[in-house]
Amino acid sequence: MSQDVELDGVTMRFGAVTAVRDVSLVVKAGEFFSFLGPSGCGKTTILRILSGFTEPSAGAVRIGGRDMAGIGPNGRPTALIFQNLALFPLMSVWENIAFGLEVRGVGKAERRKRAEALLDLIALPDAADKRIDELSGGMKQRVAIARALAVEPQVMLLDEPLSALDLKLRQHMRAELRAIQKKTGVTFIYITHDQGEAFTMSDRVAVMSRGVLEQVGPPKAIYDDPATPFVATFVGENNAFTGPVALLADGVAAVETPFGPLRGRAGPGLASGAAAVLFVRPERLREATPGDGANRLAGRVTHVDFEGNFANVFLKGPDGSAILVQLANDGSGEPPPEGATMDIAFDPANAVVLPDGPRARS
Amino acid sequence: MSEVFRRYGAPLGLMILLLTGIWVVAMVVLPYFVMVEYSFHPNLPGPEIGGPKDIYTLDNYASLFRGIDILAWDFPDDFRVFLRTIWGSAVVTAVCLVVCYPVAFYLAKVATPDRVGFLLLLLVVPFWINEILRTFSWYIILAFNGPLNAVLLALGLLDKPVRWLSGSGGVLIGMTYAFLLFMMFPLYNALQTLDRNQIEAARDLGAPGWRIHWRIVIPHAKPGIAVGCIMVFVLAASSYVVPALLGSPGTRWFTETIYQWFFEGQNWPRGSAYAFVLLGLCVAFILAMMRIFRVGLTDIAK
Ligand SMILES: Nc1ncnc2c1ncn2[C@@H]1O[C@H](COP(=O)(O)OP(=O)(O)O)[C@@H](O)[C@H]1O
Ligand SMILES: [Mg+2]
Repeated sequence: MSQDVELDGVTMRFGAVTAVRDVSLVVKAGEFFSFLGPSGCGKTTILRILSGFTEPSAGAVRIGGRDMAGIGPNGRPTALIFQNLALFPLMSVWENIAFGLEVRGVGKAERRKRAEALLDLIALPDAADKRIDELSGGMKQRVAIARALAVEPQVMLLDEPLSALDLKLRQHMRAELRAIQKKTGVTFIYITHDQGEAFTMSDRVAVMSRGVLEQVGPPKAIYDDPATPFVATFVGENNAFTGPVALLADGVAAVETPFGPLRGRAGPGLASGAAAVLFVRPERLREATPGDGANRLAGRVTHVDFEGNFANVFLKGPDGSAILVQLANDGSGEPPPEGATMDIAFDPANAVVLPDGPRARS
Repeated sequence: MSEVFRRYGAPLGLMILLLTGIWVVAMVVLPYFVMVEYSFHPNLPGPEIGGPKDIYTLDNYASLFRGIDILAWDFPDDFRVFLRTIWGSAVVTAVCLVVCYPVAFYLAKVATPDRVGFLLLLLVVPFWINEILRTFSWYIILAFNGPLNAVLLALGLLDKPVRWLSGSGGVLIGMTYAFLLFMMFPLYNALQTLDRNQIEAARDLGAPGWRIHWRIVIPHAKPGIAVGCIMVFVLAASSYVVPALLGSPGTRWFTETIYQWFFEGQNWPRGSAYAFVLLGLCVAFILAMMRIFRVGLTDIAK
């Protein structure tokens, strides 16, 4: 039913712009795989290369081991869902869904039957004869998915399909997409700039920045073990403390920061004395207790945002640096008042040290 | 209308409406009324006008159809010309559509924007030249000893020169050229509004090129096709210059027949009646197009 998708050294140049640079990865059959990155990082370009609308400047795409070079979009086992869905407004809902079957020469009665089966799958059983402009945003979304599923693709490619929907519907559709993927077993390759979308739906996520693949892994690994400063800052919130590597031993690195040496898990590629950055998530910082010796820092509370289940406490360090602490509203105490000095600490296992490099613009 | 008042105020707005009204009545409605009136009277010498013989009659209209014998496939001259005009205009319309569709599609959906500007300019420039000169240049091109025959002979595509201007060929070629842009622009405008993703979505679902055009592009372009066909057909059917310059005695156009009744036959009632038959033909064509392409008047006005 579904097949591996392999990108091998794929590069795409548009004149002087390199939209995708040497991307290699394998999406496994039946996987829900997301490309996550800011707008302009080359996500759509990758999807167009996979679907066959664009031939890469270098590298190869293989689906089920078969090289796709020279095979156009109508010859590939992929189905693309466009950012604006691109439903055919002059056809009814069922004709839209059955278009791929019509192309394949399936008879009208059979087409109608298969379209109705797909309408059941997407929970729109009565919509067959509706016009496209009679549908709501979420219904159009589902019709687009059904239209793509109708051709029984090995691989579904989705280009930010939820971006036009409002927040509530978006969250609902996430679950629905995931359910459809599970039910059909088709490989889904999904692109988005929204980490929540990528994390909640995907088995694995690839984070991209300026055409370069920064990291590939399950959502939790991306969040907990960012491989680059870009990933650490693009995905979720992070506190960053920069300085040279003072000590490197047993998988632990100490960074010489304005707060003194701070220790965390050593990431790859660190060298003693080289510029490094220590990242620690706001929710992994806590109020210091008398027992805390190392990895302590202090700052003045500039303001507190109470969010309900947690509070964001913004601190200013003695050197003027901003620190964010997230305190869970778990009954263990009140956040400190503004103007107070707060002592905080963290466990080295909760921080990661990486060689310094470009970060995401926040 | 309230827009006019809002923008210019009541007194000036009223003036504008009044003047427009007078213009429409004096220049558009009145002449037609006079013509309609003529067309229902017999052609009488001056002194008898207003006399007892000056009655209302359908004779001028009926005379076009008098003497038709379908079984013997025999038609009177004027009616033969009328049929030729319908047929010829339909051919010109079809040829314009077939020629313009790929070009308009290329301009609207394939070419890069700066190239589109250049190509549109190339299309329009010839039409800055006066219609008579433009048509006459075709007379020269198509002449027996003209450049077209010379080129085709030199290329070996012909072994003896062709008399392009002797049959309807010259008229049809000249009209196709003269009215091409009236097909091009409605088509181009309609195709421009087609979302490129629609084409790509169809392709992604496996559709070959011809099916994408048949199921996606042409249905979308329908209003443009209807408008283009209406324009070209009406212009062709009522064209006078092109058949007069490029036609031969055997290929008279209905406009020439009308002209003859007016000015050579001195029969204004008959000429008026025939002019209204031509108008009726054009209206019938417009209505037929609107039915076939299921477009409304508002789509066409766009
Ligand atoms: N057809 C094209 N011609 C020129 N540049 C392009 C083209 N398509 C994309 N680009 C450029 O490639 C980069 C990546 O674009 P894209 O893949 O659309 O990013 P994303 O989908 O992540 O927002 C952008 O800088 C964009 O301007
Ligand atoms: Mg994009």
